[in-house]
Amino acid sequence: MPQVTLSVNGKSHTVEVEGRTLLVELLREKLGLTGTHVGCDTSQCGACVVDVNGTSVKSCTMLAMQADGAKVTTIEGLAKPDGTLHPMQEMFREHHALQCGFCTPGMVMSAIDLVNSHPEGLTEEQIRHGLEGNLCRCTGYHNIVKAIAAAWPLMHGKKMAAE
Amino acid sequence: MNAPFEGIGASMKRKEDLRFISGHGHYVDDINRPGQLYAYIKRSDRAHAELRGIDTAAAKASAGVVAVYTSADLTGIGGLPCGWQIHNKDGSPMAEPAHPVLASGKVRHVGDPVAVVIAETKQQAKDAAEKLVVDYKDLPAVATVTDAVKPGAAQVHEGAAGNVCYDWEIGDKGAVDAAFAKAAKTVKLDLTNNRLIPNAMEPRAAIGEYDPTTGEHTLYTTSQNPHVIRLLMGAFVLQIPEHKLRVVAPDVGGGFGSKIYHYAEEAIVTWASGKLAQPVKWAAERNESFMSDAHGRDHVSTAELALAADGTFLALRVKTLCNMGAYLSTFAPAVPTYLYATLLAGVYKTPAIYAEVKAVFTNTVPVDAYRGAGRPEASFLLERLVDVAARDTGMDRVEIRRKNFIPKDAFPYQTPVALQYDSGDYVSTLDAAMKHADWAGFPARRAAAKAKGKLRGIGMSTYLEACGIAPSKVVGSLGARAGLYEVANIRVHPTGSVTVFTGTHSHGQGHETTMAQLVSDQLGVPFSQVEVVHGDTSKIPFGMGTYGSRSLAVGGSAMVKAMDKIITKGRKIAAHLLEAAVEDVEFKDGKFTVAGTDRSKTLSEIALTAYVPHNYPIEELEPGLDETAFYDPKNFTYPGGCHVCEVEIDAETGVVSVVNFTAVDDVGRVVNPMIVEGQVQGGVAQGIGQALLENAVYDQDGQLLSGSFMDYTMPRADNLPNIKVGTETTLCTHNPLGVKGCGEVGAIGSPPAVINAVVDALSDYGVRHLDMPASPQKIWSIIQGAPRMAAE
Ligand code: FES
Ligand code: FES
Repeated sequence: MPQVTLSVNGKSHTVEVEGRTLLVELLREKLGLTGTHVGCDTSQCGACVVDVNGTSVKSCTMLAMQADGAKVTTIEGLAKPDGTLHPMQEMFREHHALQCGFCTPGMVMSAIDLVNSHPEGLTEEQIRHGLEGNLCRCTGYHNIVKAIAAAWPLMHGKKMAAE
Repeated sequence: MNAPFEGIGASMKRKEDLRFISGHGHYVDDINRPGQLYAYIKRSDRAHAELRGIDTAAAKASAGVVAVYTSADLTGIGGLPCGWQIHNKDGSPMAEPAHPVLASGKVRHVGDPVAVVIAETKQQAKDAAEKLVVDYKDLPAVATVTDAVKPGAAQVHEGAAGNVCYDWEIGDKGAVDAAFAKAAKTVKLDLTNNRLIPNAMEPRAAIGEYDPTTGEHTLYTTSQNPHVIRLLMGAFVLQIPEHKLRVVAPDVGGGFGSKIYHYAEEAIVTWASGKLAQPVKWAAERNESFMSDAHGRDHVSTAELALAADGTFLALRVKTLCNMGAYLSTFAPAVPTYLYATLLAGVYKTPAIYAEVKAVFTNTVPVDAYRGAGRPEASFLLERLVDVAARDTGMDRVEIRRKNFIPKDAFPYQTPVALQYDSGDYVSTLDAAMKHADWAGFPARRAAAKAKGKLRGIGMSTYLEACGIAPSKVVGSLGARAGLYEVANIRVHPTGSVTVFTGTHSHGQGHETTMAQLVSDQLGVPFSQVEVVHGDTSKIPFGMGTYGSRSLAVGGSAMVKAMDKIITKGRKIAAHLLEAAVEDVEFKDGKFTVAGTDRSKTLSEIALTAYVPHNYPIEELEPGLDETAFYDPKNFTYPGGCHVCEVEIDAETGVVSVVNFTAVDDVGRVVNPMIVEGQVQGGVAQGIGQALLENAVYDQDGQLLSGSFMDYTMPRADNLPNIKVGTETTLCTHNPLGVKGCGEVGAIGSPPAVINAVVDALSDYGVRHLDMPASPQKIWSIIQGAPRMAAE
């Protein structure tokens, strides 16, 4: 069986996989990182989003072998070693942006990429648009949008310019 | 220094969030048991066919395969039971065809399980299932309710002539006919309630495990009600007694009704793990969710309203055809009857109501309760009909409602369709919603939109629902095969912290937080010192689970009852310690005090004494501070309110945007306003989804065309507006907390508000009614004056 070597949440792993093994399967089944979820089979829901080399990726659409040599961060790797949460995690809790929690890991990972890639600021419309690839059945998105807007200044260390 | 306010009314941040935001939730598919095997279910790709045989040889020989089972192997196993029996107009019971765990003799819908392959890995099981050769002989199929009742329609079950499951009625037909005969005006509307697919984000999953040394079975399952599953599966399907069957529903990723029911896969993994003496896991792929989770809604109705010359409602007549799908799901028969037709009075004092409901079988996935369950169908029908009545009679939409509201001094109010409402104030929610939505300022916004080439409309619904189900005796007389009380065990530990064991189940609702607040409020224990445990039949005495917005109204009331017992016992212990008469000991803010003195004992002191009973009235009182209560509600609860929706339609594309949405609901006492707001927003999102986007579509041969997220339009962030939520409170009069329930109001109140707004926006095009979903294509066709699609 082929092997892949990758770094996940700062730890290096070498894992045997099948050619068809998906990155999400490697994470969940081989590494026991079950925070990354699988909500669909058509790359539509975003429950599986992780960070690969600095960009958010639907880990159900990537073969494990494609991640050879990659640096992967999952929801489990966001908090600091001392347990301090990432501001996006904090804001999700603060603004009640989760109910059942199933979409949450993917939402948080997508939201971080969205905020990182918009240092100039984010409008509500841009946030809603930016979440197009993530489904949540519980919250109606209202509080997710609020949480992301609240995380932006924390992540960029400044207030958003008034719209 | 005052302790921070953590009790009833505080927007406490949720206890459950830390594990979810850090990726440490514990959902069924996250669990792996030692030696676990994987099951893959082979499902029918035919809507209706004779199952002439299954050649399993190649699959059995496939790599890693441990077993392949078909219905022939499931000897001694019962079918999946139905939990509610409806009677026909003539008093005879409904048709109740067998629902085998694996299809036997025939398949009756796409997705019907025909075989299970169990292998060492998931991929091996799936690969082997590809090698099963199923010999089908196709039969004609029927997918819609209107086709199912046509003469000569394909028959889904031998025992259900004309595909009729039941033909049921409620109300006084004579009085209604008489009122129609002399009414000044009558209004008639044909409408459908579109079929929906619940699509909780976590697909269903189940793991069966068997311990041959104890004979104990464990089932981990994505369930809203583990004790109900234990009861149904243990007693009716697998004949496993309760003490040898543990059902665990850990973190569950949303339910919305679809995870109430006992599903075949639960029985399959439990049975197979026993047979193989190895754990067996099954996890649905999303395509399986589409074709095996119970669907919702799917009604076709005719509604007629008789009015006096001044717009007073005189009588309502409703005829509904509803879809049961191919088999009866656990609570399916109750949904279009006692959760639908009994709600047809709504918030109006219509004196006479008569409804006929015919439930039919089709070659589709079973249909059962989905968020709101029956009540959204009732509110859609009624609130559309009221708008149409206003239009047809030239009355104002708001005035016709106000005129017919049950006034706030008329409670308790007996409706003509069985329910007795305990409290409400429909004027207050209407006024508040109109104010927050700036109803009065709408004409200016419409004019501004028009200047931009957009069609703007506003609509409202003033709805009511019945939840907090339900008094056992009442539901028993209506055909329920279970009681619908709830159970709580409150354990005060020796040092004064508290564990709550509740029979309800949280799958997003935040019970771990709300219920801890309740304890904090009633026992004066800090919020951080309370833990709520749910979802495990080995820990919780009993319970009926979470659905029908019942957790706080019924489960919370059981907690109050158990806490009352704690306080009663605590007073006796305190009286002993303080050398006072029991009657003189008062309990307040976590302290037992001798009235009129400063002599007191804290709850933790009392708890310690109860567990270390050295100085203790041991002759009269048992040690310990641990109480259980069963609470059977006295009535349903009746949340209601007013939703206002404002839409803008792009005339070029027919796309509807919801630009404002305001929900003002009366959910009774609010324990955690933040959570209530979130529940309402989530429900409204599903309601807007139903109104504008979602539709489960079968072709006439029974193939599910909307079988994935590519084809079934789920609401996404950019389809939805911000959702303004307000509450106006009247207390429930018959439960100790005055709570009514908030889980479903959003999905019940919103669809008619949206469609009323869309119809209003299209007022220049002569549109009287539009069925859901109000898709761009439908609207574009109307605007283009093209051949009419769904509009009348
Ligand atoms: S699981 Fe990856 S997009 Fe749904
Ligand atoms: S919180 Fe349940 S799906 Fe988003």
